[in-house]
Amino acid sequence: MDLYEYQGKQYFARYGIPTSPGEPADTVDEAVAAAERIGYPVVVKAQVKVGGRGKAGGIKLAGDADEVRTHATAILGMDIKGHTVNRVWIERSSDIAHEYYASFTLDRSAKKHLCMVSAKGGVDIEEVAATDPGAIARRHVDPTEGLSAEVAEALVAEAGLHAEARAQAAELLVKLYTCYEQGDCDLAEINPLILTTDGRVHALDAKVTLDDNASFRHPEWEEFAATETTDPRERMAKEKGLQYVGLDGFVGIIANGAGLAMSTCDVVEQVGGKPANFLDIGGGANAAQMANALEVINSDENVRSIFINIFGGITRGEEVANGIVEALGRVDIASPIVIRLDGTNAEEGRRILAEHGSDKLESVPTMIEAARRASELAKGANR
Amino acid sequence: MSVFVDETTKVVIQGISPSSQGLYHGLRNRAYGTQVVAGTNPKRGGETIEGIPVFANVKEAVAETGANASFISVPPRFAADAIVEAAEAGVPFVVCITEGIPAHDEARAYNRLVRDFPGTRLLGPNCPGIISAGKCNIGITSGDIALPGGPVGLVSRSGTVFYQALYELTQKGIGQTTGVGIGGDPVPGTSFTDVLQAFQADPETRAVLLIGEIGGSAEEQAAEYIKDHMTKPVVAYIAGVTAPPGRKMGHAGAIISGTHGTAKAKMEVLAAAGVIVAQNPTEAGEKMAGVVRDLG
Repeated sequence: MDLYEYQGKQYFARYGIPTSPGEPADTVDEAVAAAERIGYPVVVKAQVKVGGRGKAGGIKLAGDADEVRTHATAILGMDIKGHTVNRVWIERSSDIAHEYYASFTLDRSAKKHLCMVSAKGGVDIEEVAATDPGAIARRHVDPTEGLSAEVAEALVAEAGLHAEARAQAAELLVKLYTCYEQGDCDLAEINPLILTTDGRVHALDAKVTLDDNASFRHPEWEEFAATETTDPRERMAKEKGLQYVGLDGFVGIIANGAGLAMSTCDVVEQVGGKPANFLDIGGGANAAQMANALEVINSDENVRSIFINIFGGITRGEEVANGIVEALGRVDIASPIVIRLDGTNAEEGRRILAEHGSDKLESVPTMIEAARRASELAKGANR
Repeated sequence: MSVFVDETTKVVIQGISPSSQGLYHGLRNRAYGTQVVAGTNPKRGGETIEGIPVFANVKEAVAETGANASFISVPPRFAADAIVEAAEAGVPFVVCITEGIPAHDEARAYNRLVRDFPGTRLLGPNCPGIISAGKCNIGITSGDIALPGGPVGLVSRSGTVFYQALYELTQKGIGQTTGVGIGGDPVPGTSFTDVLQAFQADPETRAVLLIGEIGGSAEEQAAEYIKDHMTKPVVAYIAGVTAPPGRKMGHAGAIISGTHGTAKAKMEVLAAAGVIVAQNPTEAGEKMAGVVRDLG
């Protein structure tokens, strides 16, 4: 789960990382009231989970209440790269002497954490990495050892941070690591990390991605989850415990296992169809889950045919078949269904489907042929 | 021959109870012919479940039964500790199928093994397990889709595409030495390269089928190994050509970050390393059939 900037800063604050004082606001009046409490000048910042807010006009400096009103009016409701701004973050403006960069993430090839620090902050770090790789100090951190104060001090020196910033930056880096590690972040990034003209180092931005697998030990994440805005199809799928990603085609896909679901999308595209979605009903899926999956797909108006591709391992063929029969009885499935069923108890599953024969349902023996048939049906269909 | 496990492998099921996933799959593995010699459960030491003696911990199970592999399917929050417990008990091969383990737990457990228990190999987490056709099956693969006798070694990140690929081979009458599912998580205990090395060293494995997917750089590392060290032919398929960037496609590790980790890039790197690249699992089976014919 990606956090908004203000949530990232609130998360940082839990771990003692210094940020500017600020408050979120959903209306112009709230924004003005927040600014009055914080003290001028303030910065009005659009809260969207996408980069390039500044260029889009989503970050503005305000010296008084009138300016806050003007900017908040312009920014709330603004569209930034397809994301609507529903909330702004009002924070005390900082006098910036220098801008730096700091982050922690997992380096999958090294299987260790990677810390990156640079004196070139405030710009796209991938661009810095491409054009001036020497400007980034990198260090792997062994998760069994953690980040020591000595290593943090060496890193900020190597990155070339200004002498007066180093002690504070090193201390902040250790706190950022604690936040990243104890806080179960996939990514904890500060860009820019600033040195103010009065000599303080703090986080001016926050980019945090949380590891959803760790949510069981972070009850404090519930408030973040509550602000997640997703595609309505994706929200419905999530509520039903299904892994779903909306795509823009017309063949609805249901498969068991993430790899097979991706592969099914690929094959549909290869035979001339277009997948409407990625949907993994998961390992060990039962009849109820299959019925849920069909309901989610059925709610997508772009879907013209449905391809169910199951290779049973833990998932059992008869459960899949019962789920389809249940779903056909429970909801009016608008599109024709093509099913390919193999693996554990597939014969039993096929027998159940044949018995409850429906003109909506067609069983095809192989993955490729089934993809072809589903694509044909989609092209011929008028819904 | 097979890699990592064979008919002499003795398996302990960690976290066994009458209603556990571990028991369900363990019994299926035993029915396949796998030697399932023990289970562990701190509250059930001394009991016997379905003929499987239960010990309070892995250390006791190893001492009493000589178990040399463990099977973990406990819930995510307990999995990392279970992995370390097996390693501490000296188990050389640990299979963990658990899906949904926090990435930091995985990273800690993996690096703990590297530092303190270099004699333990972890397969997974979030993997289907390993099947040495006709000899040993640890995990959740349906045994009847594998065909003994070689000559193909199979390695896959995805579980269900692993089944699909095994099935494609078996239907064409092409046997397998070993099928290894390394799992779809960001920090897999065993990498493609580890398995390729084992296949390269195994005289009965004469060709390798590699199933990758989007995200990370495991396939790129595999390509490097293949280019420099592999003398046996390799056929590969990468799932996720149609996957949009920035979205986790079910597996925690299956995500295209920026322009990094796309299926297309992986296929290109593999092709440049001399790998025969297929566009889907069926084509992978067909191409492998051609390779096996040429082996004579």
